[in-house]
Amino acid sequence: MSAALAAEQALNGLQLGLMLFLMAAGLTLVLGIMDTINLAHGSLYMTGAYLAAATYAAAGSFLVAVAAAVVGTALIGALLEMTVLRALYRRDHLSQVLATFAIILIANEAIRMTWGPQPLALPTPRALSGPVELLPGFLYPAWRLVLIAAGLGVAVLLFILVTYTRAGMRVRAGASNREMAEVMGVDVKRLFTVVFAIGAALCALAGALLGPLLAVQVGMGESILILAFVVVVIGGIGSIRGAFVGALLVGIVDTAGRALLVPALASIAIYVLMAAVLFWKPQGLFPARG
Amino acid sequence: MKVSLHTPAAGWWWAAVAAMLAAFPTIAANFGQEYYIGLATRMLVFGIAATSLNLLVGYGGMVSFGHAAFFGTGAYAVAALADRGVSAPWITWPLAMALAAMLALAIGAAALRTRGLYFIMITLAFAQMVFYLVVSVKTLGGDDGLSLAARGIGESALFYTALALAVLAACGLRRLANAGFGRALQGVRENEARMEAVGFPVLRIKLAAFTIAGAVAGLSGALLATLNGRAGPGLLDWPQSGQLLVMVILGGVGQRFGGFIGAAVLLAMEEVLSPYWVHWQLVLGIVLLAVVLRAPRGLAGMLARG
Repeated sequence: MSAALAAEQALNGLQLGLMLFLMAAGLTLVLGIMDTINLAHGSLYMTGAYLAAATYAAAGSFLVAVAAAVVGTALIGALLEMTVLRALYRRDHLSQVLATFAIILIANEAIRMTWGPQPLALPTPRALSGPVELLPGFLYPAWRLVLIAAGLGVAVLLFILVTYTRAGMRVRAGASNREMAEVMGVDVKRLFTVVFAIGAALCALAGALLGPLLAVQVGMGESILILAFVVVVIGGIGSIRGAFVGALLVGIVDTAGRALLVPALASIAIYVLMAAVLFWKPQGLFPARG
Repeated sequence: MKVSLHTPAAGWWWAAVAAMLAAFPTIAANFGQEYYIGLATRMLVFGIAATSLNLLVGYGGMVSFGHAAFFGTGAYAVAALADRGVSAPWITWPLAMALAAMLALAIGAAALRTRGLYFIMITLAFAQMVFYLVVSVKTLGGDDGLSLAARGIGESALFYTALALAVLAACGLRRLANAGFGRALQGVRENEARMEAVGFPVLRIKLAAFTIAGAVAGLSGALLATLNGRAGPGLLDWPQSGQLLVMVILGGVGQRFGGFIGAAVLLAMEEVLSPYWVHWQLVLGIVLLAVVLRAPRGLAGMLARG
């Protein structure tokens, strides 16, 4: 493999990993703080992509489309948390699986009823649709660079938010021991609505940014949802840092697998990775609970 | 709530249901509705698969999100054997069951090291590995799956076989639950550390349950492949695992007939609603949500309460 090809694959892996991180960040907090399995996380991603595509068709501006998707999905996420998920926190994992599976069905049909069964088009903004010459003779699609920049930006922002702010401290306290945080006066319930809305917004951002690369269609959330769960489990449930490392690992292993291995082995590479991590570190790489 | 690990004998109505089912093909054929014999067979087959999952989830407290691996393996085993000219169910079904059991033994040995959420995810991971491996093998038909050249058994004979196996599964589940093994399994569900301390071989008990459930799921997959005349990758993919879990929870976790009730209700809803409204899954979603929020013990639990 030539150096240029290797560099391109590395950047692709980084880009996939960062987008997975956007999905996994919200998912890992829901799992970590509230001990709740949310299969409907992928539906929020789909909702974000559809809102972006619809807004783009109406307004013609990608920035407006992304903003509408992020704000709209955050509101939907907060609403979902207050109406359905709140009733599930004290229930067992099985009930959560069934209830959020039901939300997937409802979301898929609602989208299909609103926008029809055909995939929607979300074109790349024209100024960013071409390739960029990163090094002499090494071209890379500009849009993928935008994704990498946006993913890194959000990751840094989240890191600052979680590590240096009071709200972030509360989130970490909630993830490591919810009861103790409540006893110390953290309003976990309200905090959690906000966390869930932010998680939904990150999903929507991933959906809108990936829209030009992948098809905006019903069911798009399910395939990425499984990948996001793999990331969360590898990283350790409840850990943002773990989600970041896990996402990059999965992104790079998946991309490298597709470039180097036969297709059959490439598809299972990340699952082998997850099984191996769980075998040696049953709590994931960065367990949030002490 | 009074806690009892004893599964009581079924009331007379279950015998009545079985008797009515036994008469069903004759009645359906009388009215020229042979189509419904196939539907009833499918309900029984999925009921057996869901019952095997219920043994894990309801009695052993092991929430497996990868049961499709064993279900689909059974189906593919029958299809692959038929492809090589072996289509007699009396040979192919036990082989399918044995293959699924071996797979379950191997996956269980690795997956049972984890528990809770991590167990859910690792079973999912192993099932996805099986899915991608099978899809990539050309002789197994890739994305298209395999069609069976010959079924090897008539439609009503298949129905009666499925009915007999369903009764066997329901009775077997009760015998198992009330035997020493079943008591120990339920003990592990309630408090694993205590069972370990008392001296039970906890891992061996869980692995045995996992293998039995895998074998029975493989058998039901074999029945389904025979019924449908084909085995497709959809049977191995994770939504299939999700559907089996939905059947168990809908019918009633740890309720002896929960798997059968869940399978029958889910497939009946699909059958009744899908011709009338393309968006019937919206109704399904709302019903499922209502069951979770209002009837935590599933439909069987509601029936038992009266």
